[in-house]
Amino acid sequence: MALTRQDVAKVGLLARLALSGDDVDRMTGELSKIVGFVSQLEELDTNNVAPLAHPLDTQNVFRADEPKPSLTTAEALQSAPRHDGSCFLVPAVLGESGAA
Amino acid sequence: MSKQPATAASDPYITVIGLEVHVQLQTQTKLFCGCSTRFGSPPNTQVCPTCLGLPGSLPVMNRLAFDLAVRAALALNCKIAPFTKWDRKNYFYPDLPKGYQISQYDLPFSSDGHLEVIDPKGAFSRKVDIIRVHLEEDAGKSMHDEAAGTADTRIDLNRAGTPLCEIVSQPDLRSPQEARGWLNELKLLLVYLGVSDCNMQEGSLRVDANVNLHIPLPGEGGAEGRIAKTPIVEIKNMNSFRSVERALIYEAARQWEEWQATKVEMGKMPKQTRGWDDPAGITRPQRQKEESSDYRYFPEPDLVPVTVSDAEIATARAAMGDPPTVLRAALAEKWKISAYDADVLVNQGRDLVAWYEDLATRVGEGKVASNWMQQDVLRTLNERGGTIAEFPVTPEQVADIIGRVQKGDFDTSRGREIFAEVLTSGKAVADVVASMGIAAVSDDDLVALCQELLAANPKIVADVKGGKEQAAAGLIGQAKKKNPNANPGKVRQMCLDLIKALP
Ligand SMILES: [Zn+2]
Repeated sequence: MALTRQDVAKVGLLARLALSGDDVDRMTGELSKIVGFVSQLEELDTNNVAPLAHPLDTQNVFRADEPKPSLTTAEALQSAPRHDGSCFLVPAVLGESGAA
Repeated sequence: MSKQPATAASDPYITVIGLEVHVQLQTQTKLFCGCSTRFGSPPNTQVCPTCLGLPGSLPVMNRLAFDLAVRAALALNCKIAPFTKWDRKNYFYPDLPKGYQISQYDLPFSSDGHLEVIDPKGAFSRKVDIIRVHLEEDAGKSMHDEAAGTADTRIDLNRAGTPLCEIVSQPDLRSPQEARGWLNELKLLLVYLGVSDCNMQEGSLRVDANVNLHIPLPGEGGAEGRIAKTPIVEIKNMNSFRSVERALIYEAARQWEEWQATKVEMGKMPKQTRGWDDPAGITRPQRQKEESSDYRYFPEPDLVPVTVSDAEIATARAAMGDPPTVLRAALAEKWKISAYDADVLVNQGRDLVAWYEDLATRVGEGKVASNWMQQDVLRTLNERGGTIAEFPVTPEQVADIIGRVQKGDFDTSRGREIFAEVLTSGKAVADVVASMGIAAVSDDDLVALCQELLAANPKIVADVKGGKEQAAAGLIGQAKKKNPNANPGKVRQMCLDLIKALP
């Protein structure tokens, strides 16, 4: 299966990557090879194989609702490119936040 | 489904509403890590490598969060899936540290439920189907202070990873009033079952509404008419159920205006998102997240699936407790009170119902206890604010006052004054009765008082004797002046008896 330049450009946009025209050309070839490799699986007959939700044959792993110590604010912020001592700082974002 | 005309008959359209509700589950810790979910802590004090999305960290599911989610779904009459899994919903936003939200896509843990709302005053009754309920994590909070004019947005990740139940309804609601009523019922249910505190101010309950209009068009030239549908609008940013109702009223009117001007139907333009501006009382178009529809869901490799057996569902159902609908019926039946009265009591929450039942048991009459609850206890509670647990008067004290009224020591209005005094002074009922100079009027005193009244009012005596019993009312006002503790009912009866005994 071959990817188009449009596919690669769209994936780049979704991943917030600034791809040059040369990047798109190169990656269209490289990514097509990867997808092609994986698509060999399509040659297998999977009619009688149940869909797999997880490669591990394990289910129902839970923890109890018990508080554990959190990081200090200083620890939490230490790798941030920019912070003000209590919050992470990022370029201005406007519009909606919260779980969608 | 109970489909009945709910839109005002004068409206030339039907308002069609579906709701999407996120509720925060009442757990101590987050969905996938042991960080606290407490509200209002200083920014970034409840974060760890897992909820910060640091490399090498792994999520582990909170058992209580899953159990509470199942309880919510059962209360909403949903089917619980025997097998469920989680998926990554990919998008970039600064308050989403991993670059994806762990949510559920094609195999949510529950689906196909319903919740009915019946307006106690009979204005509407609506069974709303639930498409699905799923369990996911919340994002963090981004704060942008436009007034400060700074170029930065500040990110607090305390909320990131908090367990949320997402409840998606079918577009079965037919008026803004119904939507508000249904949300009230949903909130009551979830609070009753201990699933969520549903505190909208703290963001524990958030509502988005989808709304459009169905407009019947007459056929032309003998052709059959059809229904035109306006484009669906999703409304966000509503901070109270009152706001939801107002936003829907505004949006329906706005779509009707737009329809008349443009005749644009659903499918001719993409779904629009609008934000509710509460102070201005209008909805405004919102900028969409770029490519927001392409979330590239795929199964979460860091979490294993969850299976639920029939036995586990039965256990969860048994531990659930009575939902409000069952409780309303049980209360009305047990205490012989009206459906309306039961509704008022149940809608105040489980603690208030327990308070009422304590009072009713002491008084022995559910209806009398219910009247005192509604006219005195609830009214005072609403004025003062706070919960019934903090209420300074006990069921025992109110029962004491009611008992004295029933014995004829004083009438109900005097009883109300005593209640108010007990409330403000914190004194015992007996002390208040004594300090207000309210002593029971003895039978001898009552006879003497009535004889005095009859002697002073020969005209009233003659009228009553002549068959006009209602004339006796004139005596009661005078009796109150002479002895404020005299029970008006007793005065009236004693005067009638004395007059009848006259030759
Ligand atoms: Zn954490």
